[in-house]
Amino acid sequence: MNHGPARPELRGLVAEFENEEAIVEATQKTVDAGYHHIETYTPYPLDELLDIQHLHKNKVALVILIGGLTGCTVGFFMQWFASVIHYPINVGGRPLNSWPAFIPVMFECTVLFASFAALIGMMVMNKLPRPNHPLFDIERFRYATQDRFFLCIEAEDPYFEKDATRQFLEELNPHEVNEVEA
Amino acid sequence: MSQQDQAVDIEKVDKYTGDGFVAPEYNNTTVTQKISNIVLRADTPWGWYLAVAVLLPVVGMLGISITWLVLIGTGVWGLNVPVGWGFAIINFVWWIGIGHAGTLISAILHLMRQDWRNSINRFAEAMTIFAVMCAVMFPLLHVGRPWLAYWLLPLPNTMSLWPQWRSPLVWDVFAVSTYFTVSLIFWYMGMIPDLGTLRDRAKHPVVARIYGIFAMGWRGASSHWARYEKAYLILAGLSTPLVLSVHSIVSLDFAVSLIPGWHTTVFPPYFVAGAIYAGFAMVLTLTIPVRHWFGLQGLITTRHLENMGKVTLATGFIVVYGYAMEAFISWYSASPYEGFMMWNRMTGQYAPVYWALIFCNAVSIQILWWKRARRSPLVLFIVSLIVGVGMWLERFVIVVTSLANDYMPSSWDYYAGTIWDWSLYIGTIGFFLFMMCLFIRFLPMIPMSEMKMIIPKHRNKKDA
Repeated sequence: MNHGPARPELRGLVAEFENEEAIVEATQKTVDAGYHHIETYTPYPLDELLDIQHLHKNKVALVILIGGLTGCTVGFFMQWFASVIHYPINVGGRPLNSWPAFIPVMFECTVLFASFAALIGMMVMNKLPRPNHPLFDIERFRYATQDRFFLCIEAEDPYFEKDATRQFLEELNPHEVNEVEA
Repeated sequence: MSQQDQAVDIEKVDKYTGDGFVAPEYNNTTVTQKISNIVLRADTPWGWYLAVAVLLPVVGMLGISITWLVLIGTGVWGLNVPVGWGFAIINFVWWIGIGHAGTLISAILHLMRQDWRNSINRFAEAMTIFAVMCAVMFPLLHVGRPWLAYWLLPLPNTMSLWPQWRSPLVWDVFAVSTYFTVSLIFWYMGMIPDLGTLRDRAKHPVVARIYGIFAMGWRGASSHWARYEKAYLILAGLSTPLVLSVHSIVSLDFAVSLIPGWHTTVFPPYFVAGAIYAGFAMVLTLTIPVRHWFGLQGLITTRHLENMGKVTLATGFIVVYGYAMEAFISWYSASPYEGFMMWNRMTGQYAPVYWALIFCNAVSIQILWWKRARRSPLVLFIVSLIVGVGMWLERFVIVVTSLANDYMPSSWDYYAGTIWDWSLYIGTIGFFLFMMCLFIRFLPMIPMSEMKMIIPKHRNKKDA
C-alpha cells in the first residue's frame, strides 16, 4: 500500500438525497449554478435527470444497428459461400443463389449479432465491468441501488473548489455530503 | 438508518386483494426489502423445500431416461414406420411454445408500455430460458447420436458438406439457438441493476462478492441508465419479431412437408398464438403457488392475475379460430386426403385425444368470461393446468394423427409413447420446475428497479 501519494486526492463530492423530488431539484440547481461535470446515481432511471443532464443522446442505437447489419451480411455470405462457391449442387437447374430461402437464417443472424452488440456496446460505453470504484468506499453509497439518490460533483469541474462546493451542496438540504477519494 | 430497517408489514401485504398493481404498503424501501430478503434471508418457506425434495428424483429420472436412450438407441421410444416423429417433436414444440410467453410478457408488453408487466417479467423470462433448455434436449436426443449434434452447425469438415440452407430444419437450428442466446442476454441485462442491489444488501462478504461479479460494478449512474434503457428497449424490439420468427419456423418444419393436415398456410400464426396461449397458462401455473408461498400478493396482485386471465382467454380464441380454419379448409380444399385427415381426427383411432383437446383448449377457458373466475387464484390455477395439458394434446394430434393415417392405408399404424417416452417427458417437466425453484431462491424473481418505476412518487415522501 505504499505506492501513490500518501494523502489521497479528491475525486469529487457526493451528496445523498432521500427521494426523487429532492434529487431532481438539487440536480437542477447544480446545473443552474454552472457545474457540468456532475453525475447522479439512482436506484431506477429518472427521466427528469436525463433531461437535466442532457443524457438522452447516446450511440447505443447506432452500435446495435451496426451489429445487426453485420449479422445480416454474415448470414447471407455464409449461405451464399456454401451454396454457390464451396459446394454448388445443381438441383434440376434451380439457381444456386436462392436468396429467398436464405432469409430466415439471415434474420436470425441479424437479431443475434444486434443483441450481442446491445449488451456489449452498452457495457463498454458505460465502462463496465468495473467491480471496484471509489464511490463504493462511501459507507452509505450502497443505498444508491436501493432507495436513496446521490449527486456527485466531480473535482475536474472548472467551478469545483472543495470548500465552496461543499458549502453549495450542504445548502441543497441533503441527508449527508461525503468526499470521494481518487 | 431507521428508515432502511423498517420492516414490511408482511401480514397486511399478504392479504392484499385490492385493485392496484402494487399494494399501498410498498415504497422504494419496502419493495427492495421484500424482494431481496427472499434471496438473502434464510427463512425460505417450507413449500420450496417440499418442491425441491419432490423434484430432485424427477430430475434423476430424466438422467436415467437419457442414459438408457443413449445406451440402447431411439428404439426404446414408441416410434414406428409411418410415425417417425413422436414425443420428441411434440415435446419440443410444446416447450418452445411455453417459452414464448416469457418473451411476449417482457418484450411486447414492454414496447406497448404495459407497466403492470414489471412484476412478472423476470419470472416469465426465467421460464423462457428453462423451457428452451428442455425443448432443445428433444431434437438433440432425437438425432439418436447426440454427440454428433454439431453436424447441424455450418462447420468446415473433411467432406466439404454444409447444412441444407433451404430446409426449415436448419432454419430451426438457427432460430432456436438464437432465441436461447437472445433470451439469456435480455434476462441477464434486465437483472444487472438488481444484482447490484443484492451485492449492496448482502451481509456475507462472499455472497456480496458473487453477486458483485455478476453485477459488473453497476452503480446506477444516470448516464449508465440512459444507455441501459435504450439498449433494453431495442432488445425488446428485437425480441418481438424474433419470437414470432421462431415459432413460425417451427411450424414450417410441418408446413413445408406434404403430409395432409400439415401442409397449410395457417400454421405459422396458429402456432404462435398457441405458443403464447400455452405460455401464459404456464406463467399462471407457476406464479399462483409462488406468490402464495412467498407472500407476494402485494406485488403480483389479483389484478395481474385477472389481466393474465384475459390474455389467456383472448389467445385461446385465436387458437380456436385455428382449429375452425383447419376443419373448414380441409373440407373447402376438396382434397380427399385433407378431408379424410380431418374426419379421421374427429372420429378415428385418436378421436378421444382430439375431443379432449377441444375440451381443454376451447371449452374450459370459457369460465374466464366471468370476472369472479378471473380473480380467483384457484380457478385460474386449474384452468391454466387444463390449458397446459390441452396444448400438449394439440401437438400430439397434429403430429400423430397426420402421420399414423396418411395417404396409403397399407402403411397405417398406431402410435403410443412407451414408458421411456413418458419418463423423458416428465423428467423435463421436473428439470424445468427444479430450475425455477433454484431461480426463485437465488435470483431476484421480481425486478426491483422496475417495480420502483411504477410505485407512485408520493409514497417515498417522509410523513414526519
